[in-house]
Amino acid sequence: MKKAFWLASAMAVVSALALAQPATAADSIKIGFVSTFSGPTAVIGNDMRNSFELALDHLGRKIDGKPVEVIYEDDQQKPDVGKQKTEKLVQSDKVDFIVGYIWSNVLLASLKTAADSKTFLISANAGPSQLAGELCSPYTFSTSWQNDQTPAAMGLYMNQKGVKSVFLIGPNYAAGKDMLAGLKSTFKGEVVGEEYTVWPSQLDFSAELSKARNSKAESIFVFYPGAAGVQFLNQYAQAGIKAQIPLYTAFTVDELSLPLQKDNAIGIPGAQEWVNDLPNAENKKFVEDYRKKYTGLRPTYYGAQAYDAAQLINSAVVAVKGDLTKKDEMKAEMEKANFKSLRGPFKYGSNHIPIQNFYLQDVVKDADGALSLKTVATIVKDDQDRFHDKCSMK
Amino acid sequence: MYLVVEQLLNGLQFGLLLFLLAAGLTLVFGIMDFVNLAHGSLYMMGAYFAATFVAWTGSFVLGALLALGATLLLGIALEYVALRHLYGRDHLDQVLATFGLILFFNDAVRLIWGPAGLALPLPVWLTVPVEIIPGVFYPAYRLMIIAVALAVAALLYLVVMRTRVGMLIRAGASNREMIGALGINIKLLFTLVFGLGAALAGLAGLMQAPILTVQIGMGENILILAFVIIVIGGIGSIRGAFMAAIFVGVIDTMGRAFLPDLLRKVLSGAAASTAAPALSSMLIYLLMAIILVVRPEGLFPAAKR
Repeated sequence: MKKAFWLASAMAVVSALALAQPATAADSIKIGFVSTFSGPTAVIGNDMRNSFELALDHLGRKIDGKPVEVIYEDDQQKPDVGKQKTEKLVQSDKVDFIVGYIWSNVLLASLKTAADSKTFLISANAGPSQLAGELCSPYTFSTSWQNDQTPAAMGLYMNQKGVKSVFLIGPNYAAGKDMLAGLKSTFKGEVVGEEYTVWPSQLDFSAELSKARNSKAESIFVFYPGAAGVQFLNQYAQAGIKAQIPLYTAFTVDELSLPLQKDNAIGIPGAQEWVNDLPNAENKKFVEDYRKKYTGLRPTYYGAQAYDAAQLINSAVVAVKGDLTKKDEMKAEMEKANFKSLRGPFKYGSNHIPIQNFYLQDVVKDADGALSLKTVATIVKDDQDRFHDKCSMK
Repeated sequence: MYLVVEQLLNGLQFGLLLFLLAAGLTLVFGIMDFVNLAHGSLYMMGAYFAATFVAWTGSFVLGALLALGATLLLGIALEYVALRHLYGRDHLDQVLATFGLILFFNDAVRLIWGPAGLALPLPVWLTVPVEIIPGVFYPAYRLMIIAVALAVAALLYLVVMRTRVGMLIRAGASNREMIGALGINIKLLFTLVFGLGAALAGLAGLMQAPILTVQIGMGENILILAFVIIVIGGIGSIRGAFMAAIFVGVIDTMGRAFLPDLLRKVLSGAAASTAAPALSSMLIYLLMAIILVVRPEGLFPAAKR
């Protein structure tokens, strides 16, 4: 009797295990997701994961009728770790798509692994100039932008405002250099100074702020994503420079940093390809459902781009009716950007980087009395990155 | 010229902040021969306590004082519960155990305060820039950091050089076994020193918090600098830590401020802008390497037996 009981329970355990097994690779869509889930910038990775999960919810957790398996990997904001995680996803998990990448330097380290294995890689944030130019690949797409585009839009806005001179400050890594170069590509005034800080370890910008003030520049432009944006704005306000020299930004004020920047962020303009109040129906649904599902949180452009990545994958898989071996057809479908993007419709350039609008955003108090971002104007329409000529795909 | 003055102040402020962190570390390392990698976690806890207490009490000063007390108690509790069992072990065991504590504190903070970090806003009277000499403005809060840190350094000097407890601390740094043999309650002394070190780290953390953000892992980068300082200054020496911290703060800031312009004279603009931050962050390690070659004991070693 006792033996029979043990046997029965053993069988129950085994069958439970069998049930718990994920569906085999053949009949599920496997997606690897590389982002930062630990350390100070984990909030960005969480926002991307939340939005990606919400996209899967909206798709009914299925793509072309097949269940979706997502493997999340933490790159720790380090290029070497990101590369290892990408290799693991490609070589041992054999994923069908890789999505994510906040940081340009992490993406640059990981690109080759994905492209060589002909695995589709969709950057949901990082947009180093090399990705748009010499390192472009048929298997690589972006649902974000090329780094230079956003600051270039900011440069156009500064021209409109009649700003005569600027002092540039940014982090010393791939994206920081792109961002400052992007601003210089459109800004017509004089660049009186250009400072790079050690990334991501330098958090005190007193030396750079002192130089900016002494340079007598008419304006300051910075690119400081994540917590560094909070620190920069704190120090900019505390040094009293906020009252003296206006600040223009790219990727420095967002829904993750605003609760910490508080009033320091009021009056600081930024450029962005997505703002939470863009009026299309998909975006309204996304923002509403996000705030419902993740109480107390608000989505950012990082999340919106990850959401779009899920939709892009869905469009490709549906087009080939789930036959993931038809890579050329999937690529052709993805090039059409045939899905309802949260930023509104956009086209892909030959290098698989979006040709899209950029908006001016401002910080306002919303109906709940919380600080939030608002679209003020369209700075530039259908903007294409300046590196597409260097890409071998025409 | 004004820029040089301003950058010197920036360097001094950064150095003094590093001193607060390094003073606790050098005491613990010098007197107890104990490698405490979790010192940076105490710095982080000081900042989190301050952000919490300031929000509760609505007063920056009161919140900061409460946070200081809380970090002191946390340090004493930590020593009593975990670290005192490690004194007899070798350094590798201590490194492993205190590295574990870093992970413990990071995840404890994640559980209690969440992953997003906190803001510690300054009271209005500290957010105005002060005109120190005509034409040169400096943030009031950074001036306050300089004043507080100098006061703490002076107090520490008086305690260590002029009081009985200080005499015991110095004796402990010179020869641990001997003061135990003379009937001094070395366990109690260790607990006190550790608590003092923790409070100093907490003070550094809470003063840095309004400038930076209060976030998980904030103590890890800065701890490396604190170790560099105690190596340069001489292990166990408060005076050494003070001098070395100011050296490191000033060299780091001046390097960041003026190296790019110097490099631009020899290199092309783009190459100089890229190389300068990398070079300036190497400067202090170069200084450490040179000191290790020329004076392996550090600049101001604690008096030897």
